[in-house]
Amino acid sequence: MTLDMIPQNVMARVTSVAPGDGHSLRLMEMGVVPGAPVRVVKAAPLGDPIHVCVRNYHLALRRAEAKSITVTLHDSGAID
Amino acid sequence: MSAIVKTLNHCSPDSVKVDGSHSLTVALAGNPNAGKTSLFNSLTGLRQKVANYPGVTVESKSGLWSLARHLPPARVIDLPGLYSLDATSLDEEIARDILLRRATNIAIPDVIIVVVDATNLVRNLYLATQLIDTQRRVVIALTMFDRAERSQLKIDTKRLSDALGVPVVPVVARRRRGLEELSKAVLDVIERPHSEGVRGHGFPLLVENAFADPAQRHSKLIKRYALIERIVSDAVEISDQGRLSISERIDRVVTHKIFGPLILMLVMLLVFQTIFSWASLPMNLIDQVFSGLSDSVRTNLPAGIFTDLLADGIIAGVGGVLAFLPQILLLFFFISILEDSGYMARAAFLTDRLMRAVGLHGKAFVPLLSSFACAVPGIMATRTIENPKDRIATIMIAPFMSCSARLPVYTLMIAAFFSGQKVLGVISVGALIILGMYLLGIAVAIVVAWIMKRTILKAPAPPFVMELPPYRVPELGNVAHTLFTRSTVFLKRAGTVILAISILLWALVAFPRAGSSSLPTGDGQGARELAGAQPPTPSLPQRERAEQVQNSFAGRAGRLIEPAIKPLGFDWKIGIGLISSFAARETIISTLSIVYNAGDNPETKSSSLVDALRSAKRADGSLVWTPLTGLSLMIFFLLACQCMSTVAIVRRETNSWRWPMFMVGYMLTLAYVASFVTYQGGQLLGFR
Repeated sequence: MTLDMIPQNVMARVTSVAPGDGHSLRLMEMGVVPGAPVRVVKAAPLGDPIHVCVRNYHLALRRAEAKSITVTLHDSGAID
Repeated sequence: MSAIVKTLNHCSPDSVKVDGSHSLTVALAGNPNAGKTSLFNSLTGLRQKVANYPGVTVESKSGLWSLARHLPPARVIDLPGLYSLDATSLDEEIARDILLRRATNIAIPDVIIVVVDATNLVRNLYLATQLIDTQRRVVIALTMFDRAERSQLKIDTKRLSDALGVPVVPVVARRRRGLEELSKAVLDVIERPHSEGVRGHGFPLLVENAFADPAQRHSKLIKRYALIERIVSDAVEISDQGRLSISERIDRVVTHKIFGPLILMLVMLLVFQTIFSWASLPMNLIDQVFSGLSDSVRTNLPAGIFTDLLADGIIAGVGGVLAFLPQILLLFFFISILEDSGYMARAAFLTDRLMRAVGLHGKAFVPLLSSFACAVPGIMATRTIENPKDRIATIMIAPFMSCSARLPVYTLMIAAFFSGQKVLGVISVGALIILGMYLLGIAVAIVVAWIMKRTILKAPAPPFVMELPPYRVPELGNVAHTLFTRSTVFLKRAGTVILAISILLWALVAFPRAGSSSLPTGDGQGARELAGAQPPTPSLPQRERAEQVQNSFAGRAGRLIEPAIKPLGFDWKIGIGLISSFAARETIISTLSIVYNAGDNPETKSSSLVDALRSAKRADGSLVWTPLTGLSLMIFFLLACQCMSTVAIVRRETNSWRWPMFMVGYMLTLAYVASFVTYQGGQLLGFR
């Protein structure tokens, strides 16, 4: 499952980032690496870009860029 | 453009003497939003200098910092924010080159202070550890320390320092906490030989392998983060995790599907309202002061060319520039508050989808919107757009947002030709026309941006990845700093250009002197038109002034271009106005007043100008000005670039004359064609 597909407010963890695109390196440098906790906060009113919480800071990125980030969901589910 | 600070350090990089003979160069590096600028302001106070790095459009900020009483102040360079030494944008390349001592023509730092946001430790340490690994002298300034404490983050700075091998100094810039310790740490680190790199790993610096294959960079990146996580988990205790931060709670509303855009519109409305109402008071004041000054000069100094130059050229020119200042200051104030509070990023987030459809970036929204008041601050605000082509595209279309200087022209035309008319008995035609002008400007901007992005500014869509910084109460000190530096830039750049052009235009209108040359033939027409101009009967000084204008170079130029502008519905008098308005749009009002003998009395000026326009007749008795002419003029003013301030600022922001010239050229062409279509098309459709 990739980051653009997971539901809002569910804790997840990055498993891999597809290399090769210009932006994926930048994302990784910013801490989106395998093992990092990540959570989709919401999408913009028109659906794109999406607002995610990585570790403990917030990032906005387009769905096309989020596609290169593969994640697994936690079992713990939603936060308040 | 002043070159950036040259280093005074002649010593070899390996040993730096600290004494009174030369001053240190300190570079401030760190992630964007980490508090770098706040720290820079606290260290340097008012002793700052802003310029462009040589040859590029990246801004350089440097200042003086008193490290210790017995030493000369150190030079501090506030570098562009970066996430990693593997640069992706021009900003970052320059920062990296300076940090790695490759930019010898700019500066060679003796010490690097890495600003690390304590609430975002892991990500910030990525750059920090890279810098430590370069074996330069590094000190870490741990900012936002108070915030970290409040969010239950316990950071053992000693452990962190031991693990990283460099001093770690907690600071709270706005409270001036930790600054002394920072100076001590910097002086300390100078004495020591360079650092040995972060302990516990042996892999060489990533950036040297910048062209290594992606898989290698990939794995090194991951290894570095693994190391950082180990260090941080060892030195930091997080006692409260699962609760939503305040920022996120605020964002629930601010980027809500419905409330988000609503709030955005309200914010923008508020900004415009305050600018249009608050700025007008000081603007009128400045206007009055300068016309008073001009009058007193004329009465107190002997009549003659020099007095005229002083009164009408220089004083009027300076007054014109300064009159802009209140508006510009207010705009910068708002933009700075929006930026510092973190709201700007949310605005970009909300509007990116729309902007992207046109080929622009979400970050273009606020600059473009600001341009509705005045394009100058709007264009300066495009600095936040990292991709140079996106930035230039935004700059090129910013002037299409009908700025406030166009309003006097619109109102004059409407008062003269569309007053009192209503649609559906309620909505005034005038208001509709003004709304139409704004919308037309936006529509043209969209089309032009779309075309540009597909042709001359073609580039692959850059990534949007943008941090949403936590909401912060803007520090008024920082805001004041921004206001100060931005307005000095405006005054220096635009001010000098406008003053020069004002003097030039004054000369074009003042020479040749009336009476010094006989009226050229073919001017019987001019005299007849003069005679034909009905109430108010021009007084003698007014008539003399009108004659002066008509026979001046400007007047001749007006007649020269008349054949070209006839198809747009304009005559040579309007031509004079057009020429003079290329420096600043509003000057057409005063030029027309003079040419049509509307008199100098400000109270009756506008109504008499309206009357003069309505009754101006050509030699054959037909009216010069019709509603269609008025509309055509409005459209011309909408699309043409008639603002020397804008040209000057675009020159500065793009660092070349190519783009401003291109902008003036294509906008002029567009204005001509649109005016043509309006006038001719209108006539074809049977309007007058």
